[in-house]
Amino acid sequence: MSTESIAWPRPQAQPVPLVAQLHQWVTTVDHKRLGILYIAYALLFLAIGGLEAIIMRIQLIRPHNDFVSPQVFNRMFTMHGTTMIFFVAMPVMFGFANYLIPLMIGARDMAFPRLNAFSFWMTAFGGLFLYFSFLGGDGLFGDGSAPDVGWFAYAPLTSKTFSRGHSTDFWILSLLVSGFGSIGTSINIIATVLCMRCRGMTLGKMPLFAWLNITMAGLVILAVSPLTAAQLMLLVDRYLGGHFFDTQAGGSAVMWMHFFWVFGHPEVYVLVIPTFAFASEIIPVFSRKAIFGYPIMVAATVCIGFISMSVWAHHMFTVGMSSAANTFFVLSTMAISVPTGIKIFNWLATIWGGEIHFKTPMLFCIAFLFQFLIAGLTGVMLSAAPFNWQLSGSYFVVAHFHYVIVGAILFTLFGAFYYWFPKMSGRMYSEPLGKLHFWLFLIGFHLTFDFMHIPGILGMPRRIYTYEPGRGWDTWNLIVTIGTFFQAAGVLVFLGNLVWSYFRGKVAGSDPWDAWTLEWSTTSPPPEYNFATLPEVASRCPLWDLKHPEDPDWQYE
Amino acid sequence: MSALSTTIPHSETSWKLPARGPVAMYCLIAAEAAIFTIFVVAYIFYIGKSLSGPQPKDVLRVPIFFTVCLLSSSLTIHFAVNLLRSGKVRSFALWWFFTFALGAIFLAGTANEWRHLIYDEGLTIQTNLFGTTYYSLVGLHAFHVTVGLLAFAAVIIFTFLGTLGEQHAERVEVLSMYWHFVDVVWVVVFIVVYIIGR
Amino acid sequence: MQRTKHSNKVGILRVFLAMFWCAAAAAEPAPLSPTNIFAPASTPAQSIFELSRFVLLVSAAIFVTVFSLLAFAVVRFRKKRSSDGREPAQVYGSTQLELAWTVIPVLIVVVLFLTAARVIANIQNAVHPSNAIDVTVVGHQFWWEYRYPSLKVITANELHIPVSDPAHPTPTFLTLLSADTDHSFWVPRLAGKTDLIPNHPNTMWLDPHETGLFLGQCAQYCGTQHAKMLLRVYVDSREDFDRWIQAQSQPAHVADTVSEGQRLFESTACVNCHRIAGTPAHGTYGPDLTHLMSRQTIASGAIENTPGNLIAWIYNPDLLKPGCTMPSMGLSTEQASAVAGYLETLR
Repeated sequence: MSTESIAWPRPQAQPVPLVAQLHQWVTTVDHKRLGILYIAYALLFLAIGGLEAIIMRIQLIRPHNDFVSPQVFNRMFTMHGTTMIFFVAMPVMFGFANYLIPLMIGARDMAFPRLNAFSFWMTAFGGLFLYFSFLGGDGLFGDGSAPDVGWFAYAPLTSKTFSRGHSTDFWILSLLVSGFGSIGTSINIIATVLCMRCRGMTLGKMPLFAWLNITMAGLVILAVSPLTAAQLMLLVDRYLGGHFFDTQAGGSAVMWMHFFWVFGHPEVYVLVIPTFAFASEIIPVFSRKAIFGYPIMVAATVCIGFISMSVWAHHMFTVGMSSAANTFFVLSTMAISVPTGIKIFNWLATIWGGEIHFKTPMLFCIAFLFQFLIAGLTGVMLSAAPFNWQLSGSYFVVAHFHYVIVGAILFTLFGAFYYWFPKMSGRMYSEPLGKLHFWLFLIGFHLTFDFMHIPGILGMPRRIYTYEPGRGWDTWNLIVTIGTFFQAAGVLVFLGNLVWSYFRGKVAGSDPWDAWTLEWSTTSPPPEYNFATLPEVASRCPLWDLKHPEDPDWQYE
Repeated sequence: MSALSTTIPHSETSWKLPARGPVAMYCLIAAEAAIFTIFVVAYIFYIGKSLSGPQPKDVLRVPIFFTVCLLSSSLTIHFAVNLLRSGKVRSFALWWFFTFALGAIFLAGTANEWRHLIYDEGLTIQTNLFGTTYYSLVGLHAFHVTVGLLAFAAVIIFTFLGTLGEQHAERVEVLSMYWHFVDVVWVVVFIVVYIIGR
Repeated sequence: MQRTKHSNKVGILRVFLAMFWCAAAAAEPAPLSPTNIFAPASTPAQSIFELSRFVLLVSAAIFVTVFSLLAFAVVRFRKKRSSDGREPAQVYGSTQLELAWTVIPVLIVVVLFLTAARVIANIQNAVHPSNAIDVTVVGHQFWWEYRYPSLKVITANELHIPVSDPAHPTPTFLTLLSADTDHSFWVPRLAGKTDLIPNHPNTMWLDPHETGLFLGQCAQYCGTQHAKMLLRVYVDSREDFDRWIQAQSQPAHVADTVSEGQRLFESTACVNCHRIAGTPAHGTYGPDLTHLMSRQTIASGAIENTPGNLIAWIYNPDLLKPGCTMPSMGLSTEQASAVAGYLETLR
């Protein structure tokens, strides 16, 4: 049951010419518009990154295939990884954070609107710059085009000796630039959440979404900076003749790995913690039950944030660290599974005893729970260092991290899209199309990523443009490739649904889900100023309190 | 329960949240601290590992005077901010100028040290691991000093134009937090490069 | 809705059964794959396999428990048609539950950690017995160099080691170096992988219990032809191994007259990269060719060592292994045939 909005009715505006509309979008500092820009940008790169994946999978559909050359394939896996992490996953999380945080905490905008815009355009430029490498990367020896050093760009492959053109420089510079954007947005998120909450919203009463996003922002600040530092060092090596990673001069290739993974591991938590935030908002609403264990969820997330800074070398178990070092990182990595498991149990307890409405957002979040469980368990397998000595660098790892990134993060992200689409566009999406997207994508995901574990177990390394017949990998690779087409179909249905529903969807009203947080108390879409009068809250479910004054939540919490 | 329908009890207590300027600056400082930490770790790891070329104890001269200048500038900026808060804009301008001057002297000292190292000792960023890590770390710090001085210059210009007043004390204080951070970084760099590493 | 949810559950269950079947099947005589990590043939691989079985068991137990609870919740608490629109009872938390699902996972972590720590120590801190065979492995873009320092043998791409009797073990210890970028030595049935990193020597050991050919490949992306940097490890009986060492430590077979091929080889830049013991060729950038014909493959396992392939390789390596570091020397097909003919005498 949706409540009527309490905003002023909008006067019918003069139709704005297209140029003026574009100018508004380019110069906007409104958090909602910037949020949509981030999200649209991420969707574009999702399609591009997906195309890169399909190219790779077609090449690997059978042994000794020649769909693309090794050089092109190596660029594909580098660009696919770099694009998906830096220009899809991070922007989309920043986009949702930007859009929702001020609305959820009862503020009119982020703390620093112009910094917000600047950060977006930095990130956007970074992505475009990276893709310009296809055209502009040619260097002196013809080694050019897009980067082909892998998304983690191990030294000394990235030195001028082994990476002669400018392709690696495009990798470095585009990430450096978008890294500044990420840090800017994170500073903004923290300042907004700490300094701009509406009256009555103590830290203990704000939505879990806000808590989890400031944890994410804190991690970005502490994790992206080491990557920035390492990339500056690499630039010094490549252009000023420095020796940071120059093994011929006594430099250490392992040091690059340490610096990269000090970034790289917290980075995956940067991606998964907003995922937890989405799940923690969607699951309660569609189970009709408040989140179970709010304080523990906060504590577990902050714990995860801290521990995640101490596990990085589990990406380096095969590098030849001492047994003491390996043992330490086994312990820290296994330890992080405890707070993560606690969260899964809390979501389970939220559903338990509730009343589950199987709308599209909830379907995706239920799949998230099952799939994140499996992903976590393959993570535990990888954390046992000796087992890791077999599994690392193989398709088992590729399957594991895609299980997290696609099976947990992307699924929940789809759920978030469907959940907040009515708020952002004012229209309901098509539920039948949403369910079609879900089933297509679920089938495709499992075909691809369940079976991908097997070649890894059978000895197939990653980042190979082809493989030998007779190793027992052929059939599994075929199945894995077939799954990608189902996923592509699902994504096409999704994009079609978004576009169609934007123009033809049923009007949503301000609160189509009968939810409890402040963003649903204003119109869909919200006016530029968000709220006519800034709200005041007394519980974690302020909209419930408004809708049910006879039974407010603050009496029970 | 009261018969009145206001369901959200209006809290009589004040609602005071931290100011966003200092919060943002603390976050920026955290990010910068992480960047510097990586450069310091690289420096420490490579101590004694250069395969050839000048070694630290052969060529480094401890810059006591310039360090004192830089650290004193933290004191002068502290005085300046306090003066601005109490509305004494002229005195503020004087102490602010002292801060700028001390920072500039420090930079000049660094430049002079580098001139000596490059031309007299033959140590460049390319020479060996020591050269690479030294110039990168000290250079990164000097870059941050430069950025600070540029910001100080802007403040001086605004003061002379008369547009900067007591109402900007908080913003100037946020800038001074950045400067204090730069000084703390120098303390760490000084200890690592000129004491431990030599 | 209930039926499709159920089939969703069952579908996932089937997948996992398939995976475990694969793992179980690996232990059977007909292997699924020559590079199956669950078919160990050497002590370190065996230790890892045993640890992995335990970890899989624990993971399976956790999976079944939590999966069942989730599946039950999703089915049992779905909105029924008879729902009256009232909200269900709100439960905000439970300290006992939180404690329970914190303490139990912590205990599981402790057990898993201790088990893993023991295997780490067993493998990494293994004693180097005096009768071990020592091999120095140098990784190159995109081939493997093998040196037996005490046995004075230098070869490439096909590693021979003796089988080890569990009662009187004769393991092989590998010292791993790199001449250029990062590589990784991975022969799944013999051991876990260890990286070859320039300026960072590593060691690993093999202790094979059966003779035969064991396959693997480079497992750390090292450049364009990473995919074709294949590994072939021949575990020989003690007698065969000694015989092989004997043959490998001889200088190259010398013909009565200098063939056209040999003349071409020694006057073209081939000698800059390749070594043929007992001849003027002393190059170390490329593989040692002294006993090229004792190898079944060329181009690091990527191509079968046949006369036709040899000619094609010499003529233009980039056609067979695009991006490899051996250049085409601009020879005509006749010249390439001649050189191949000479190489075929290097038994």
